[in-house]
Amino acid sequence: MNEALWALGRASGAVSLGLFTLSVVLGILVRSGRPLLVLPRFSLALVHRNIALLAVVFLGLHVGSLLLDPLAQLRALDVVVPFVGEFKPFWQGLGTVALDLAVAIAVTSLLRRRLGPRVFRAVHWASYALWPVAMAHAVGNGTDGTSGWFLGTALAAFGAVGAAVLWRMSAGFIETARSRQESRA
Amino acid sequence: MSRTNLHIDWTRCDGRGLCTELLPDLLVRDDWGYPLAADPSLDDKSNIPLGRDDEPAAAEAAALCPRLALAVRRRRP
Amino acid sequence: MKTSATMAGPETGTGPGGTNRLFAAGEYAGFSSHLHTYGPLAADQAAPGLIEELEFSGLTGRGGAAFPVWQKMAAVAAGHSAVVVANGAEGEPLSFKDQMLLQHAPHLVIDGLLAAAAAVRATRLYLYTGEAGLAPVRRAVAERSDARKIRLVQAPDTFVAGEASTVVNAIRTGTALPLDRTQRLSETGLRGRPTLVHNVETLAHIGLIARFGADWFRSAGTGRDPGTRLVSVSGDVAVATVLEVPGDAPVEDILLAAGTEPASLSAVLAGGYHGQWTGPSGANLSASGPEPQTIRPGAGVLFAVGRHHCGLAATAQIMRYLASQSAGQCGPCRFGLPALATAWEQLAAGEGSPRLLPELQRLGLLTAGRGACHHPDGTVRMAASALELFAPDVRLHLAGRCNRQEAAS
Repeated sequence: MNEALWALGRASGAVSLGLFTLSVVLGILVRSGRPLLVLPRFSLALVHRNIALLAVVFLGLHVGSLLLDPLAQLRALDVVVPFVGEFKPFWQGLGTVALDLAVAIAVTSLLRRRLGPRVFRAVHWASYALWPVAMAHAVGNGTDGTSGWFLGTALAAFGAVGAAVLWRMSAGFIETARSRQESRA
Repeated sequence: MSRTNLHIDWTRCDGRGLCTELLPDLLVRDDWGYPLAADPSLDDKSNIPLGRDDEPAAAEAAALCPRLALAVRRRRP
Repeated sequence: MKTSATMAGPETGTGPGGTNRLFAAGEYAGFSSHLHTYGPLAADQAAPGLIEELEFSGLTGRGGAAFPVWQKMAAVAAGHSAVVVANGAEGEPLSFKDQMLLQHAPHLVIDGLLAAAAAVRATRLYLYTGEAGLAPVRRAVAERSDARKIRLVQAPDTFVAGEASTVVNAIRTGTALPLDRTQRLSETGLRGRPTLVHNVETLAHIGLIARFGADWFRSAGTGRDPGTRLVSVSGDVAVATVLEVPGDAPVEDILLAAGTEPASLSAVLAGGYHGQWTGPSGANLSASGPEPQTIRPGAGVLFAVGRHHCGLAATAQIMRYLASQSAGQCGPCRFGLPALATAWEQLAAGEGSPRLLPELQRLGLLTAGRGACHHPDGTVRMAASALELFAPDVRLHLAGRCNRQEAAS
């Protein structure tokens, strides 16, 4: 039973991280206002949302299974308060930070019509912090965190997010950037 | 014809184009990507009258708008 | 300003004769000369029946929209704990009459604010104006005991600062940007309260009507545009000046009163940067009436362009200024106005292209009516009137020439 919880904890963590990676890249694509191949913009927005929600579900599995697993030595306090854990407190603390951010982003996204665009946007920016923190947690805390296959995959994910962020900061990022620049020239 | 409008809050709208995809008969995009009433004879370009058949798509557009710039509202008498 | 005051004794109960009404108490009028000229006004006693009296008077808003004053007040009076704002934020660069009014007749504005507030049973009173206007108001408030409840709020020096929703936003949050409005301010304005925003000149007229009545007010002007209004005259005139003129006055009479020969002008921009271009003669400045025999006074502005100046170049300059004054909140205004300004500059510079006119038309349609406030609409309307009035110049410019001296330089 404990073995199963341990395996579930590790696997769900990896899946959650993968989904978060995809969600960040999709979120940047949605922000650009461009459709993707056959996917129209509103479908992309829905895919971004659903993948992010799925990532949170797997994050819940990850934390829940490790809480129940005595081997993991995870206390309820560690789930909320970072850097006070028994085992690798720093790397585990990063996971706690990522969890707190993920919860904040998910809640404000689901309630955004009530909260208004300001709060929603301000909190949503934290996604850019969430992803590297979660990745560092995976590398530093994960059993396979420093294994070759994981580092390779992590590097690929880092490349994808990094490229998306660089594109996000470029002048022609917004779909209508050119006509807008021309009008204001 | 129903008795609702799609209200565009221009202070929020960023022209991301989701609404124009969901309501292609009512909205087109202008030079800068912002939604433009497809009917050029409309006096009020910020409150687009909705037909009964448009309402589900309009509600979806309002829910999905990344900038929360849309609202389906009862038309003022 | 004209100071040929026809003094009226307060004991007679009749208002100033002629059209020198708002400045009848003289320059920099303090409270005593104000009282000596107009007599006292107790807001609470003036309030009953004031809205009806304003309806008979036919007074329209002097801030630009020319909406019937009594209608706004009746709507606000229907609600509870109303707010009244005296709007002296004169964002329009061609207008300086509000500033002059606050400078010389602040007590009349305060009288009107107190009377209007009493009539709609308001619990909060504000006076919102630029830095220069606040100083005389502060002095005036200190001179009397009934004005301490008025809260003074400084308006920034931007074009949209005086727009009604901007006024409410600026008072509420300190941010002078227009708001997306789905309900009328008279129903839910400042903090959800019914809110009455009147231009300071409008309030000054209310201060007089509360004393002397609607019949006196209507003894100047005409049936379709009763009373007097302040007009800021500037541009190619001897001296830029503020005149108090009767409603429905011929534009050429106002120009002559400002010391300018109408024949020396090619055009006049009436109403301000959101106004309409018209010829220097042949039209009356009136809040209502058929066009082109009447032209809307807007915020009370006449901007004269001499025969030697190019109206298209003047318009292009105004377009660039108005584009720079977009608050940048609403996309079609933020991008449409600069695009329009660029096209106008090409037209003014004589960069003839057959596509320029259709492009101006198209950009105008893309921009007007698509913003939280009327800045884009007013700008496009003004530009359209320029194309109409300067049609012969437009043809020359499209052919690469300008028939005015400073052609395309």
